[in-house]
Amino acid sequence: MTLASPSVPAMPAGLATLIAGRRRLAGFAVAGLALGGLLLALVAIGQGAIPIAPGRVAEILWARLTGDTALLDGRDVLVVMNIRLPRVLLGLLVGAGLAVSGALMQGLFRNPLADPGLVGVSAGAGLAAAATIVLGDRFLAGTLVKLPFAVLPFGAFCGGLISTLALYLIATRQGRTSVATMLLAGVALGALSGALTGLLAFISDDRQLRDLTFWSMGSLGGASWTKLSAIAPIIVPLLLAMPLLARGLNGLMLGEAEAYHLGIPVQRIKALAIVLVALAVGASVAAAGLIGFVGIVVPHLIRLAVGPDHRLLLPLSALGGAILLVAADIVARLIVAPAELPIGIVTAAIGAPFFLWLLLRRQGVIDV
Amino acid sequence: MSEAGTADIIVAARGVGFSAGGRALVNDASLALQPGTTTILIGPNGAGKSTLLKLITGEAKPSSGEVLIDGENLHAIPAWRLACQRAVMAQHARLVFPFSVYEVASLGVDGIGRALPRQRREALVGESLAAAGVLDLAARRYQTLSGGEQQRVQFARVLCQIEAGRSVASRQALFLDEPIASLDLCHQLALLDMARTIASRGVAVLIVLHDLNLAVTYADHLVVMDQGRIIAQGAPAKTLDDALLRQVFKVNLSLGRAPSPGLPFLLPQQHRVSPAA
Repeated sequence: MTLASPSVPAMPAGLATLIAGRRRLAGFAVAGLALGGLLLALVAIGQGAIPIAPGRVAEILWARLTGDTALLDGRDVLVVMNIRLPRVLLGLLVGAGLAVSGALMQGLFRNPLADPGLVGVSAGAGLAAAATIVLGDRFLAGTLVKLPFAVLPFGAFCGGLISTLALYLIATRQGRTSVATMLLAGVALGALSGALTGLLAFISDDRQLRDLTFWSMGSLGGASWTKLSAIAPIIVPLLLAMPLLARGLNGLMLGEAEAYHLGIPVQRIKALAIVLVALAVGASVAAAGLIGFVGIVVPHLIRLAVGPDHRLLLPLSALGGAILLVAADIVARLIVAPAELPIGIVTAAIGAPFFLWLLLRRQGVIDV
Repeated sequence: MSEAGTADIIVAARGVGFSAGGRALVNDASLALQPGTTTILIGPNGAGKSTLLKLITGEAKPSSGEVLIDGENLHAIPAWRLACQRAVMAQHARLVFPFSVYEVASLGVDGIGRALPRQRREALVGESLAAAGVLDLAARRYQTLSGGEQQRVQFARVLCQIEAGRSVASRQALFLDEPIASLDLCHQLALLDMARTIASRGVAVLIVLHDLNLAVTYADHLVVMDQGRIIAQGAPAKTLDDALLRQVFKVNLSLGRAPSPGLPFLLPQQHRVSPAA
């Protein structure tokens, strides 16, 4: 049975070409970003106080994967395996997690300006991480118990979850999210978290204070296999859940009622997205501190390139976020070498002007 | 209602009521939608038409009464199956992100049409866009369209959903809430014609309309609401009369009779608004 009257061709050639063209573009985009990310990672691993050529990096990694021990001696192997590789992997994971979290929040709030850093979720996670460090030390002072690193992502996750839920409850009335309320509530929540974090800084000792400063600006400097093993089990599930969420988020773009009419389990999608965002942001903040703007810049650029379909937007954001953060880390290490800049400064220096440009381009964005 | 009658009802509202903030928006409304029948719901602003539609489509839960789809309580049906049984076109649908017209229409098949092969899904979207008269806009961004064009794209989306749902549910309903509000006359008629075509395939169609002449022309069954209650329903020619116009719509006008089908029609005249009752 067809809907169209016989005189109307069911599928004009132009439209078929268009659909095929978009599918090809999507394929190219995924392949291109994946390849670009891989090459960038090789460069990033090679770059530093002891420069190693990307070819040699690839050789070391390949030998490691295949267990070919003949190639595995020399100082550069240690540098790659113990210092550079964890750092780059951390950058890839955190970047992917932040960008996907941004895309998810933008879909959830139906607004391109929603970003975990902008609406106080990262600040909430940061507060919880700071509280874990300062208060955890305080309560355990004198005992031999040492907090394992895995406690931090968990604490940060709780902080991120509470912030996200509070934000959602404040900004959403009867299924409609008010963007103005969301942004303003986000500013207030962020300020509150910042104030409490400041309070913690006030009662902390020198070592804790250094840790807190590190958090407020973000850095991949503390990367280690321990850290990676603590946050990978949190961020990887987010990446695996993307296909589950994509179709539902597409439907949600029409509004919650329309999504329900389309057969989308709206409440389940929303709950899953909120928990995953809180988890990923919590893990990122715990491992690398507050890194802003990745979640807003990357999804926006991807939307400009391939459109807003979440089935493509989410995986491409993951790749794009991973690339952006590793690239920003290269810049952070090069620009004041041999010292290094906190990576949050680099992403903010790129992201803040971009955000302003976004505001200038979109008139009346607050009324959306 | 006779037993034979109840057997052929796709959607039944039984004494549904809905209150918000202590005010009854819909009160004891009963309605039956039958396959192949176009039911048109009319009433003044604030009569409760949209609220009743929300209750019947499951968007809101009634505070009293129940809504049955094919004999099953609406809220006991999982969202996915419900989406195969009925499609809903809301009054307004705004999009924040730059989706293309094609992508918006595809939303109708992306969920429930997952089992269909890709070529079939794409053809379905193309057919629906053509049926709604927006095929030539397929590559355009939804946000750049006029209000009327957007409405037609949304119509294409629900056509997609009805067609995709047909492979799962044979008995379906289509709900359109003021679908022609932003359309020019030609497209108003085209959309309503298409709605009747859908009905002729056995779908129960419910449309909320404001234009009484179009309502009378396209309805098999006319339902009149006022102040949250259904105050009259039946064949259009028998339901609409001068007294109802005065009582419900507060206008002092006389209905004429169109020559060929003998349907009532209304020719507006100036200064015929009756004093507030």
